[in-house]
Amino acid sequence: MKFTEEHEWLLDEGEVVVVGITSHAAEQLGDVVFVELPEVGTEVTKDEEIVVIESVKAASDILAPLDGEIVEVNDAIVDAPAMVNDDPQGAAWFFKMKPSDRAPMDEMMDEAAYQSFIG
Amino acid sequence: MSDLSTTPLYDLHLELGARMVPFAGYSMPVQFDGIMAEHTHTRTAAGLFDVSHMGQVILSGADYATIATAVESLMPVNAVGLAQGRQRYGLLTNADGGIEDDLMFANKGDHMFVVVNAACKVADIALMRAALEPAGITVTEVTDRALIALQGPGAEAALSVLAPEAREMRFMDVAEMELEGVTAWVSRSGYTGEDGYEISIPAAQAEALARSLLAMEGVAPVGLGARDSLRQEAGLCLYGNDITTDTTPVEAGLSWAIQKNRRTGGGRAGGFPGDATILPQLDTGAARKRVGLRPEGRAPMRGGVALFAGAEGGDPVGEITSGGFGPTVGGPVAMGYLPDGLTAPGTVVYGELRGKRLPLVVHALPFVAPGFKR
Repeated sequence: MKFTEEHEWLLDEGEVVVVGITSHAAEQLGDVVFVELPEVGTEVTKDEEIVVIESVKAASDILAPLDGEIVEVNDAIVDAPAMVNDDPQGAAWFFKMKPSDRAPMDEMMDEAAYQSFIG
Repeated sequence: MSDLSTTPLYDLHLELGARMVPFAGYSMPVQFDGIMAEHTHTRTAAGLFDVSHMGQVILSGADYATIATAVESLMPVNAVGLAQGRQRYGLLTNADGGIEDDLMFANKGDHMFVVVNAACKVADIALMRAALEPAGITVTEVTDRALIALQGPGAEAALSVLAPEAREMRFMDVAEMELEGVTAWVSRSGYTGEDGYEISIPAAQAEALARSLLAMEGVAPVGLGARDSLRQEAGLCLYGNDITTDTTPVEAGLSWAIQKNRRTGGGRAGGFPGDATILPQLDTGAARKRVGLRPEGRAPMRGGVALFAGAEGGDPVGEITSGGFGPTVGGPVAMGYLPDGLTAPGTVVYGELRGKRLPLVVHALPFVAPGFKR
């Protein structure tokens, strides 16, 4: 699993990369009450705002971590946003994308680096 | 962060694992276990809130009637007719009919006790000094006492353990009582839509009292996050958002706070700042009004969202002033201002969120039935 400074995790499954937010991010957000996901088939650009996530407190955006195409989204978290607090690094994945360029993944943090990043 | 003030419960908040945020110049707990859990706990059991950042003010003078008569020159309320041992909601108005602050004031027999918003307290005290001191009233800010709110259906049982007489108080009663050997100024009120108490105690004993209450069955600490979602569901205004210097009491739906004898035809009609604007509005209504709004979808719509009459085109007709997720309602709730003609419950309007217009339905306030002990 790779991690970004935007508190996303990426799991490379070969053909596609699964993306979600970290446990740390979910804890910081607090109770998640609303998630809006991109449409399957959307071509996204790295750092583009593609997910809206709202907690009781505030709204935040999730950025595309890579260039590529959204191939699957997790509708379960739209129906039950609290899943994002319960299992952010598992069942509450956000979307799967087919990257057009995986190179930026090499620069991303591993688990240990991310843990020290969040201190 | 070093320029932030702290309340007497600051160390306790840290010990309880609070997430602290700056609010009105104070470092305050926004949450402990989580806003949703704290909100629900307050509606079903009892939440303990630190509201020590709020301003506590004593007005003293020859007698209560003298003080109340002078205060009526600042607020469109019947202060003189407030019985001893009772509290009332009041508004400081300005010359244009706008609201400088909202507050609670109590008849304590030989003085008036006032609780004002944290962000407004410096201005309020200056305003009161300028207006009331020439009338022989002394304005004293109470700086050595904490203020704790105990809110929820379990509040009565909890406080009654320390002071059985708390059980006998009715909504908006005030009384002094001994809590663990310390004299507390207690009112049966709050800002959550639930039954409960607000308790003013000497700063030095605040932590001990808070610990005693928190040790009781069903009492848990609650932060400002849930305080906000609770008051929104209860349809209560946040000063600076829902009511400001630009909103009149009538526009804000607070006409109920202006008693009959201060209105046109009443025994002490007018004589408060902005009366020339507010009195006619009481009779004929205002051009816009604060309403409750329920977004039809799941997306919360927060303060600042522009409201439109139609799904496409046209200029904004109003704005959301507070909004978020209502945990008890189980969906987003909001309030805002709409023009006359669009304020009836059931009316559909549209809020512009992230470039899309999403429907909201005008809803009667409050969203959640109050649990006050009348």
